[in-house]
Amino acid sequence: MKKYPVETSLSYPKKGAMGKTGSWRVFKPILDKKKCVKCLRCWIFCPEGSIHREKDDSVSIDYDFCKGCGVCANECNVKAIIMEREEAKKK
Amino acid sequence: MTVMMDTGNRIAAKAAVMAKPEVVAAYPITPQTTLVEAIAEYVARGEYKGEYICVESEHSAMSACIGASAAGSRTFTATSSHGLLLMHEMLHWAALARLPVVMCNINRVVGPGWNIWVDENDSISQRDTGWIQFYCSSNQEIFDTVIQAFKLAEHEKIVLPVMVNLNAFILSHTSMPAEIPDQQVVDDFLGNYVPKWKLDIENPTTFGNIIGPAHYYKVRRAMQDAMLNAKKLIPQITNDWKKASGFFHGDLLEYYKCEGAEHILLSIGAIGAESKTAIDELQKAGHRIGLARVRVIRPFPTEDIIKLGKQADLIVIDRNISIGSEGALFNEVKAALYGESDAKVTGFIAGLGGKDVTYKDIETMCLKALKDKVREQQWYGLEG
Repeated sequence: MKKYPVETSLSYPKKGAMGKTGSWRVFKPILDKKKCVKCLRCWIFCPEGSIHREKDDSVSIDYDFCKGCGVCANECNVKAIIMEREEAKKK
Repeated sequence: MTVMMDTGNRIAAKAAVMAKPEVVAAYPITPQTTLVEAIAEYVARGEYKGEYICVESEHSAMSACIGASAAGSRTFTATSSHGLLLMHEMLHWAALARLPVVMCNINRVVGPGWNIWVDENDSISQRDTGWIQFYCSSNQEIFDTVIQAFKLAEHEKIVLPVMVNLNAFILSHTSMPAEIPDQQVVDDFLGNYVPKWKLDIENPTTFGNIIGPAHYYKVRRAMQDAMLNAKKLIPQITNDWKKASGFFHGDLLEYYKCEGAEHILLSIGAIGAESKTAIDELQKAGHRIGLARVRVIRPFPTEDIIKLGKQADLIVIDRNISIGSEGALFNEVKAALYGESDAKVTGFIAGLGGKDVTYKDIETMCLKALKDKVREQQWYGLEG
């Protein structure tokens, strides 16, 4: 990837340019791997690329960057993903 | 080389087509209409081979140019008055995204009341958008400035959009001869457009994504640096074009009979051309007065104005008014001189709403300034 010499508003691909956005989450998606049929709808629809696809088409959720939007749970046809409220972080 | 006897709009269209933009997006508005119609004629005759996009508004015209420019195309559009104002958001966008779009704006009154004649409030109100702004005073200058505009906009030290302003009807609809160089001269001068960055799937970047305060601050600073670079590059590019075509209309300013002048008149656009006759008459009558016609107001030619202020007292004619303040040029000339010169600066507002400003009017204003001691701006020709 080439970077340009002038300060512009161009953004370059980088993991977590805005930091660990997982901290924004109010609801957390919980994946039940037993129910998952590997259809990859969650992987396709996740707007943040926070669903990781493995070689066998199983999926996992990257909680460092998942903002908890719930799109994956909504798109899952077999209800393998449910949204649970995040518990208040203990200090 | 051929001589083209035609209107400012049609000569601007000729220049635009000879610059070979890959995309022209346009929406018609009086008095710009004949410019984009002329480009459409070039399309119909097969002489313009780029993409000509008829859009549904000026906001869309600028948006289409932004998209095309971001994809790496040389782009051109033209508008006027309310059309320019509808583009306002996208003017900021084009400049902040550092896209070298070139646009002709035909200076026309802003309504209401509905009025299609010339004044410069439309483009003057867009000074802060980050566009380089030229003001022309003849059809030959329109041709040459459109070509220069592409060269400047695309220069690696600039990469900013450029607006070439021409006065409604006085230039846009008035036929004057202009010498048109051979296509090869324009091709050699401009070269192919090689974008410094573009939408490219092989080198993925996001355009206009969220950026944090610290980075955004630097983006603004980089724009300012590019504008300041333009102050150095405009003299270079206008001189290069002089070598290529033989034509030179000044760089940031055009000086006319300023040697030994004790008063110097500053004016813009067609009034700048008319001012030459006024200066001739005033010199014949024994007054030591010269003319500096301002071709570029963004970047503002601060250093050149300071030099003038060290030589002479200044008289400024504005065909615009920043309501609640002053004419834009008057205001900025005084700001440039602050702490550098105590020259007397006399300002006039004239010709708003397209009211005619003849060389006789300019003479009268200058004579008033020569004997008047007041510094504030005066409205000339309100009566009648």
